[in-house]
Formats: sequence, C-alpha cells, structure tokens
Amino acid sequence: MISSVKIIYRAWLTCWHMLTNCKYFWPAVLSVGFAFCLAASVFEFLDLYLQLILIYVGINIILAVSLNLINGYMGEFSIGHAGFMAVGAYVASLLTVYVLPPGTSSVFFPLAILAGGVGAALIGFLVAIPSFKTRGDYLAIVTLAFGMIVKSVLENIDAIGGPRGLLGMEKLTTLPWVFFWTALSVWVIRNLVYSNFGRGILSIREDETASDLMSVNTRQVKMIAFVVSSFFAGIAGGLFAHALQFINPRMFDILKSTDILIMVYLGGIASISGSIIGAVIYTILLEIMRPLGVWRMVFMPLLLVLLMIYRPRGIMGLREARLFMPLRDVVTEKFWRREDKGADDATP
Amino acid sequence: MAYLFQQALNALQLGSIYALIALGYTMVYGILTMINFAHGDLFMIGAFFCFLLAVYLKMTFVTTMLLSMLGVACLGVVIERLAYKPLRKAPRVSAIITALGVGLFLENFTLALSPYPKHIPSLLENFIWTVGSLSISSMQVLVIVLSLILMLVLDFIVQRTMAGMAMRAISWDKTIVPLMGVPVNAIISLTFAIGAGLGGAAGMMYGLAYPVVDPYMGIMIGWKAFISAVVGGIGNIRGAMIGGFILGTVEIMVAAFLPSTYRDFVAFTLLLVLLILRPYGILGKPQPQKV
Repeated sequence: MISSVKIIYRAWLTCWHMLTNCKYFWPAVLSVGFAFCLAASVFEFLDLYLQLILIYVGINIILAVSLNLINGYMGEFSIGHAGFMAVGAYVASLLTVYVLPPGTSSVFFPLAILAGGVGAALIGFLVAIPSFKTRGDYLAIVTLAFGMIVKSVLENIDAIGGPRGLLGMEKLTTLPWVFFWTALSVWVIRNLVYSNFGRGILSIREDETASDLMSVNTRQVKMIAFVVSSFFAGIAGGLFAHALQFINPRMFDILKSTDILIMVYLGGIASISGSIIGAVIYTILLEIMRPLGVWRMVFMPLLLVLLMIYRPRGIMGLREARLFMPLRDVVTEKFWRREDKGADDATP
Repeated sequence: MAYLFQQALNALQLGSIYALIALGYTMVYGILTMINFAHGDLFMIGAFFCFLLAVYLKMTFVTTMLLSMLGVACLGVVIERLAYKPLRKAPRVSAIITALGVGLFLENFTLALSPYPKHIPSLLENFIWTVGSLSISSMQVLVIVLSLILMLVLDFIVQRTMAGMAMRAISWDKTIVPLMGVPVNAIISLTFAIGAGLGGAAGMMYGLAYPVVDPYMGIMIGWKAFISAVVGGIGNIRGAMIGGFILGTVEIMVAAFLPSTYRDFVAFTLLLVLLILRPYGILGKPQPQKV
C-alpha cells in the first residue's frame, strides 16, 4: 500500500519536474494567470470582494518579496518598509489626482505607479547611505526612523491633505494590473538574487568583512538591494492607494511595517516561494478570521508566536521551491544535500 | 527664561518616563542580545493595572504602584518563560518576531477587553507651587523624584549585588558564566522581572501625568524609549538613562518652540544624525568585526 503511494508520488514528481524544466512552463503559467485575472475582472465571475482580496494578496506578495531582499537575503533588519510604501502611494496618487489631465489617468496609470516606485527608490537610496557604516540593530533603527520621518513629513504637508489624508483617486488598480506588477517584481527579484549581484547580497549576510575582502563591492551591492527593494515597495504602495481610493499617513505607520515583517518571517527568510506563501497565508487567514471581529487580531499574533516557537525559521526558511531556482542551483543543492547526509551517517 | 525652565521641567518628566522604559529594553538586550519589542506594551499593561487597581479596588497610591509593578513584573517573567525561552537557541530574528507577536497580542487583547480609552483618577492631591512665574506641580516632582529613586535602586542592584554581578557577567560572556555556577535561567528571569517592573512603574506614572490610557499607547512610547536606549548605546544601562533624558528634552523643546506636529520629525532626524556620527550610541562601544 505504502509502496504504491510512494511510486505514484515518485512518478508525479518526475512528471512535475519535467513540466517545470520545460522552456514554456513559466510563459504558460503567467499567460494563464493573466488571462484568468483579466477574465475575472472583465466578466466579473469572481465577485468584487474576492477580487479585492486577490488584489491585496498580490500587493502583499510584492511587499513581502521586496522586504525579503533586505531582511532575508542581505540579512539586515529593516523595519521601515511601510515608509517606502507611503512614498510610492503618495507620489502615484498625486500624479493621478492632480497632475495628469482628467480622463487620461487610466491610460497613464502604469506610468504613475512607476513614478511612485522611482520616488520610493530615491528614498531607499538615502537609507542605503547610513547602511554603509551602521549595521545590525542600529541599521534597524535607521530604517525605523526613516519610516517615521516619512510619515511625519506627510502629516505636516498640508497641501497633500496632511493628517486628513488624500482622496479622489479612481479605482484604477484592477486584478490584471496587480498580477502584472506582482509577476514583474517576483521575476526581477528572483533574477537579481541568482545573479552576480545576488551572490554579493548573500555574501553580505554571511559575513560583510569577509565579502569585502573577497572583492565584493559591498557599498554598491547594498545600494542596489535597498533601491530595488524600496522601488517595489513604492509600486505596492501605488497599487494599494488606487485599490483603496483613500490614503492617509497613519496607514503607513509601524503596524503596517510589522504586518510586512510578519509575512516575511512567516514564510521564511531568504526564500521567494516562502514570501509568496507567507503573504498568501497571512492575507487569507486574516480574511477567514474576519467573523471573529476584534479577537482575530488576538489570535493572529498568538499563531505567529506558536509558529516561531515550533518552527523558528518560518515555513520555507532558507530553502527555496525548485520552481524558483535556476537548474544549476538545483543540481548543486542536490549534491550538497547528499554530502550532508553522508556526513550525518558518519557521525555517531 | 521662565518659559525655558518650565519646559525643562516638562522635559525632565517625559525624559524620566522614557528612561525608565528604555532601561527595560537595554537590560534585556544586554543579557540576551534580543530586542524585546513587547516591552512598550508591558508599559501599557502597567497603566491599565493602575487603572484597574485605582478604580475598582480603590487602592492608595503606594499599594497601586507596588502592585502594578509586581503584576507587570510577573507578566514579564511569564512571557519570557513561555515565548522567549524556547527560542534561545533559534536565530535572533525569530526571537524578535516573537516579541513583535507578543506585543501585538497584548495590544489587541487589551483592545478586545476594553475598546475605549480610560481615564485614570488622580490618586494623590495635586498641588501647584508657584515660584516667580514658574509653576511646579507636585505630580511632576513626584514623577521625576520617583523615577530617579528607581534608577538609583537599579544602579545599586546592577553594580553592587551578587545578582547584578551575575547579570553583568552573563552579558559579558554567555558560555563561561554557567560553568561558574551562575543560575543563568533565574538571572534572566530576574532581568525580565526588573525590566518589566520598571516599565510598569513608568506606565503608572505616565497614566497619572497624562491621565488617559488606551491599548495602543504603548506602541509609540515604546518605540521612542527603544530609540533612547539606542541613542545611549543599547546594552548600556547608564546610556539608556542618558538617552531617555536626551529624547525627552528634544521632544519637549521642539514642541515648545516649533509647531508641535514637527516633534516626531525633529526627534527622528536628530536620531539619524546622531547614529551617523556615532554609530554605536553615546556610551556604546563599537564591536570589532572578526573574520
């Protein structure tokens, strides 16, 4: 009985690997997903509530994957991610509400989102500068302070609503757009992580001084990691603003950053599939527990604490689904796994 | 000039509250190298204990203070035993995330039980002395004097007693100290108890000085106290006191001479500048990087 299950599982695994190794696998998945999202929003076979949840899932995936670049792959502890999100949200909304001529905002929507991302990336560039000298907990404080400064500046500029917030955005964030930006951010960050620069980012996590000695340009690498991460946080912010059609500075406070951190560590650090799983589980679990009212935010942290106690690395910590790895990494990892097993057998 | 003195008094009051909370962060950090992000919420729980004891049990000032400190200290030890102890060998970030989770749990649990802000009755009669154009309230003096006494007691415990010596030894070297017969678990629990007790006392004083408590009040004040701990050099007890007073002074002075909405902005900008100039805080020592 058990052996037959094993055989079926093996056969299924082989088929799955053949499928995923196929050249057309990712284009097929992406086009099917995009077509599904397009159909869902055009023919409305998913009701608006489900669509909104899917939009939030997408935004949270972008946030979690981009934060994982800094917290997971680079090994720094950034607590100010919501600040970058706020910059993106405000830049994009200001563009669509005030700057772009009325009626054309749906045409220029991707450009507005892109501008939000670039705005956030500029702030990320500023945060990267103190990261050259400060490390660890002190860098965490620097990012926290940047997040707070962004919030405080937004509250003090009366022209953009101040503490009252900004409204008047059209509902431009649709499911296909969210799918597009999510896929783009996952693709860019996955390719960055497995590129030469990505190796540099990983080496900073393992040991900064040693990687400096090994001729990794740590400043450049940190700069790139912060800029890319904040760019995508800004994009998520722009999407968020146009999905909710209202933003105020209080939305992007420390609680929002905590949410993103929880998604990253729930899924597991240094794992793109982990961040996706974490974002999906966190968003959907919160929605499922909505009938509990106030108590859902009591149970959610409790679940998180239990998960951390029994599985401190999160769901996929430091591991990656085969789907997201380049083939040469799959082979190397298989090789090293076998080596490890041998070592375990040898030790009594 | 009198205005300046008046604000300096306010600054001392706020600064001593920040310093008391910052002590809890810095003690736990010194001994476990872990940031206890739930500490700001222990401060909030302290204020709520004070509210419960004062309103429902009609206790006097001294018993309220002692009992709320004791209650928060017990809660701190329970949290340490249940949530942090299993993670002592886990990666550092999982302990930090657990602490964030515990903090969220405390906030939302309190929110679920009492959704509206509560008003704390004044337990002591409030006198106001007028010296020239300066008016000094007895509450301010009480907060400042009490927190100074608590800090002196703490400094005595850490510098002069066996338990304090054990604490300093553990933060010096974690592998050798247990071999010398130091009961590490008991000392860690004691550290949490003292830190949380100070946080509870700060919560009570805050509740008396600014008499409204709500479940989310611990977040902002907790983070600011954490910032003061870092400004002073995290892990350093005297640094935390200095950092608390610096942050309190900066905030009050900004609120006094600039529009008060700039308070957070200026405080955090100063923090950034300070961290860029002195990356390890005022009294912190840079740790050499070894390869």
